[in-house]
Amino acid sequence: MAIRIENLSYVYSEGNAFEKKALDQINLIIPDGQFIGVIGHTGSGKSTLIQQLNGLLKGTSGKIFYNDQCIYDEGFEMKKLREKVGLVFQYPEYQLFEATVLEDVCFGPKNEGLSPEEVKERAIEALNQVGLSEEYYEKSPFELSGGQKRRAAIAGILAMHPEVLILDEPTAGLDPKGRDEILDQIKKLHTERGITVILVSHSMEDVANYVERIIVMNKGCVMFDGIPREVFQHYRELEKIGLAAPQVTYVTKGLEERGWKIDTMVTTVKEAKNAILKSLGK
Amino acid sequence: MGIIEAAKLVFEYAKYSEEGSIESVVRAIDGVDLDVKAGQFIAILGHNGSGKSTLAKQMNAILTPTEGTLYVDGKDTRKEENIWPIRQTAGMVFQNPDNQIIGTVVEEDVGFGPENMGIPTEEIWSRVEHSLKSVGMWEYRKNSPNKLSGGQKQRVAIAGVVAMHPKCIVLDEPTAMLDPNGRKEVIRTAWELNKKEGVTVILITHYMEEVIDADKVFVMDKGKIVMQGTPREIFAQVEELKKYRLAVPQVTLLAYELRKAGLNLPDCVLRVEELIEELEKLKCQEEEKRGNQN
Repeated sequence: MAIRIENLSYVYSEGNAFEKKALDQINLIIPDGQFIGVIGHTGSGKSTLIQQLNGLLKGTSGKIFYNDQCIYDEGFEMKKLREKVGLVFQYPEYQLFEATVLEDVCFGPKNEGLSPEEVKERAIEALNQVGLSEEYYEKSPFELSGGQKRRAAIAGILAMHPEVLILDEPTAGLDPKGRDEILDQIKKLHTERGITVILVSHSMEDVANYVERIIVMNKGCVMFDGIPREVFQHYRELEKIGLAAPQVTYVTKGLEERGWKIDTMVTTVKEAKNAILKSLGK
Repeated sequence: MGIIEAAKLVFEYAKYSEEGSIESVVRAIDGVDLDVKAGQFIAILGHNGSGKSTLAKQMNAILTPTEGTLYVDGKDTRKEENIWPIRQTAGMVFQNPDNQIIGTVVEEDVGFGPENMGIPTEEIWSRVEHSLKSVGMWEYRKNSPNKLSGGQKQRVAIAGVVAMHPKCIVLDEPTAMLDPNGRKEVIRTAWELNKKEGVTVILITHYMEEVIDADKVFVMDKGKIVMQGTPREIFAQVEELKKYRLAVPQVTLLAYELRKAGLNLPDCVLRVEELIEELEKLKCQEEEKRGNQN
């Protein structure tokens, strides 16, 4: 098992007037190779949680184990952890800074102390994985479109060969095609390289289409944890905490309320289509 | 005359090489004709880099035309002396709420605009009150903006624009960084301003569900307006939209797929309840048919 979180709590500004419990007794196991979606409204603790996973924030109490080793133990190599657990922040393109795309992607592996040849090899591999071809290598990152910049920034993390890839809203601000492109590429990485992916998202439709497990955060606690079909059954509760189910779930739920015999455990267009056709006897 | 009227609008900017010579000229807006009537709710869709934001910036004279004309409430944006009146007519709200809030207290932030216009103090406060109430943030007037959620911050940013009494508000992807609730809050606020106060709204967004109630939708690609019509007309063209890197709301896509599978549904369904009604009708028809056969 890759990551195990035990009784983890985190309090911001402990001891002063702004004290706020951002995480409250979290227990989670994240096995190798899962594709997980984390949803929750602004301020629910999602971002605090993911920053714990590579040690950017340290829990006020509780423990996190990475491959059965507690990351708070003395002598634990945080630097190694951060190479293995790659974190892509919101709007990562604001962190691009080098003169060319290739140099920017090289920055991470260079800091790991690899040889220049190895660094370049890794950077090119990562750029391939996000679908940026050779013609972009020598361009300034600032000449790229929004979606391309985003992909260059993700390549910068991939070049470090993470075992766990965490993305905080990787599709915010992208057009629908750009959203699909990025998520398809992440999905491909997950399938081909078997890396664990943790996707933080405000788009219920995206989460339903791509992930195999959803963790719903609310007030610093895990409110639901399960496969999308199950979690979105709780759509009434999700609405109360500022979330929703995908539109198609509402369609089948609405039909059921009107007396249709229909499978309401649907979260994607394809599932909804099949459920409706089946119910109509087609 | 419309509140925003563009005729053959062109905007070009030059790309410079490191030596400072012009490397190439990019045509970000390419011959746009646009006529927005006062009181309309207009949506502009388009992929990243299609020219929507550049067009938005023309509407309050942050950018001015290279060729063609743009009139805002009858004022030519190319004329220097019109710039301030135009910016008071058309207010802008941007994507990132953190980049547009400057006050340390909500009410002071909202008062910043009218204060700069030289409005008397008393009237500033009455405008602040009115605009914070109109976006539903009055009870937060003494708060620090830092402690607000994204949706709340965005509503404060809208209040800041409303306090300047614009006839028109341009919202450039105001919901891109918000959670589902924050998105709803902001869109609802825009509609209330439109319906109750008659403010013309121009909404730029990547969320297709947000535009289904708009009076008119424009789709941009490569600096041109390539599609225009009511949301129903636009979203009926699923394949065409895909060409422009766009999509349709999920429920519209479901209806489209069901129609392709042979169900007799209307050309374009925009709402969940609408699809449920249509499917219900369909089922009744089939049951009747079966009844007749027996």
